[in-house]
Amino acid sequence: MSHPSWSIEEATRVLTPLKNVQGPVLIALQAVQERFGYVHEEAVTLIAETFNVSRADVHGVLTYYHDLRTSPAPTRCIQICVAEACQSVGSRELVAAVEKKLGKKIDETYADVEIKSAYCFGNCALGPAAMVDGELVGRASVEKVTA
Amino acid sequence: MSTIIYVPNDSAAISIGADQVAARIAQEAVKRSLDVTIIRNGTRGALWLETLVEVVTPQGRVAYGPVQPEDVSSLFDADFLNAGAHPLALGATDDIEWFKEQDRVTYKRVGIIDPLSLKDYESHGGLIGLRKAVTLSGAEIVSEVTASGLRGRGGAGFPAGIKWKTVLDAQADQKYVCCNADEGDSGTFADRILIEADPFTLIEGMAIAAVAVGATQGFVYLRSEYPTAIKRLRDAIEIAQSAGVLGSSILGSKHVFNLEVRVGAGSYVCGEETAMLESLEGKRGVIRSKPPLPAIAGLFGKPTIINNVLTLASVPAIIADGAAAYAARGTGRSLGTQVFQLAGNIARGGIIETAFGITLETLVNTFGGGTLSGKPIRAIQIGGPLGAYFNTSHLGVSMDYESLAAAGGMLGHGGVVLFDDSVDLAQQAKFAMEFCALESCGKCTPCRLGSTRGAETIEKIISGVDVPANKLLLLDLCEVMTDGSLCAMGGLTPLPVKSAMNNFPEDFTGGAKK
Repeated sequence: MSHPSWSIEEATRVLTPLKNVQGPVLIALQAVQERFGYVHEEAVTLIAETFNVSRADVHGVLTYYHDLRTSPAPTRCIQICVAEACQSVGSRELVAAVEKKLGKKIDETYADVEIKSAYCFGNCALGPAAMVDGELVGRASVEKVTA
Repeated sequence: MSTIIYVPNDSAAISIGADQVAARIAQEAVKRSLDVTIIRNGTRGALWLETLVEVVTPQGRVAYGPVQPEDVSSLFDADFLNAGAHPLALGATDDIEWFKEQDRVTYKRVGIIDPLSLKDYESHGGLIGLRKAVTLSGAEIVSEVTASGLRGRGGAGFPAGIKWKTVLDAQADQKYVCCNADEGDSGTFADRILIEADPFTLIEGMAIAAVAVGATQGFVYLRSEYPTAIKRLRDAIEIAQSAGVLGSSILGSKHVFNLEVRVGAGSYVCGEETAMLESLEGKRGVIRSKPPLPAIAGLFGKPTIINNVLTLASVPAIIADGAAAYAARGTGRSLGTQVFQLAGNIARGGIIETAFGITLETLVNTFGGGTLSGKPIRAIQIGGPLGAYFNTSHLGVSMDYESLAAAGGMLGHGGVVLFDDSVDLAQQAKFAMEFCALESCGKCTPCRLGSTRGAETIEKIISGVDVPANKLLLLDLCEVMTDGSLCAMGGLTPLPVKSAMNNFPEDFTGGAKK
């Protein structure tokens, strides 16, 4: 997953088609993140000006949602479901094993590989569930998610 | 003649190799100069049999599963294209006990058809309801839905017909239909499977709702954790638009209805209907105080129907076959069918659609086959993260709204999560509080602060600090959260906590264990 580096011009191009969307702030932030992998701080002002809302409103939405991030995306993202159905088939142990193998802590920011806790991918009959760079993994194991 | 082979494109099936199975079948057929057509259907719901490969034979569809990519060449060797014998052979799909004992109404096409073939959809009973609805008045549609006894499948169980009537009677220049597809409860996946396997049913249900109340715009709020469902529903909406099922003239009638998918951003509380409205408006997903009800002042302040995926997807069959046929199923005030989801540490997990009133025992043992680990069942959580933990003395409970409430739990979205005897219920109770702390929108104090204090207090109990006093404190805190929270997030978090304490007191003794 490679993303272009942040540029106001490119961000403006991303936002232009959203001009007539009702309630645009979240969609605008998602579009920026999809393009660049994260929401650069300059995007807050740009979205505020583009849609005529306050910067506080944009900042509020940006900091509310777990999906939105303000630091560049890692080269690899391993999300592991840590909710009840996956707990029942060992997701706590899976997280500990992946942390150990990669030498990283869950939910901390790294430039290369991040391990993120997630709460349900709807794969609860084939847990533990994980998502590696957007690909859902069923019956996840250390080997499968770090392959 | 080309042999038709079905290989699911459901994301759960793909997560354990369905794409590789499909690719191997295609390669192997070329290698052996055999003429096959692979259709990617949705899952039939027996996730324990995935990847479930079906071959169309003169005797009907025959099944093989669970198929791993490396099994494919031996399937060809066994002449599976002509229903040949193989260790993975399951016989005629419809004769598999697990399917035969179900009563598929809302899910009748799930896994049977190509999800994005409108032709397939129509040849399996699709659009009959909508064709009928455009000839009826709004009041007639609403009274049919009311008579069916359909209640909200998202968890609250509010009668759909009453909600629809409120929106119908409201006067406004604009009304909306919003589908809540923010299926965030752990242990639930029925919405995802329906959208991936039979998206036109949801579209048809929403169109009928729009026709009924005079709404012209609809939104589906779909969670970002479901990328396959998002893509499939968007593709289906496009197909429905160009076929005139949606758009400026629904099936050639005067009714207008446009539909858009909006994607969530990882917030659990956005499954609460007013937080969902805020999020649809592009704002922070902070819940609204009620009143006003969304049916009066909902999305952008306009009258809005908000229903769960399964509620809306049940409507086409109700209109097509009549309210009486639907209401003939079920028990007491829980009428029709429920799509139960068997999840967690379970041998045979997946979707069970059946009339309300089945026992928990039948679900988890007869269908589910007990735990995956083979160890004894110790706990069963019903209804997602806000649902109660039951012990095995509750296996006789009837699975309907009233019986579960009487047993101290709730049905929620119909998720049933099994735990074997390695589970520690004090840890589960602590997780319930931690999850609430993480996902609370922060608007009301009992939920925002109570959840953090709750997790701390349970940690003290686990560590054996002043256990009796801390248990009392925890119960008192639970009461404050139950009575003082604005929505179900804070209001129901005490349910898993208190049920764990009541049903598994031996886990709350602080070190002096069992």
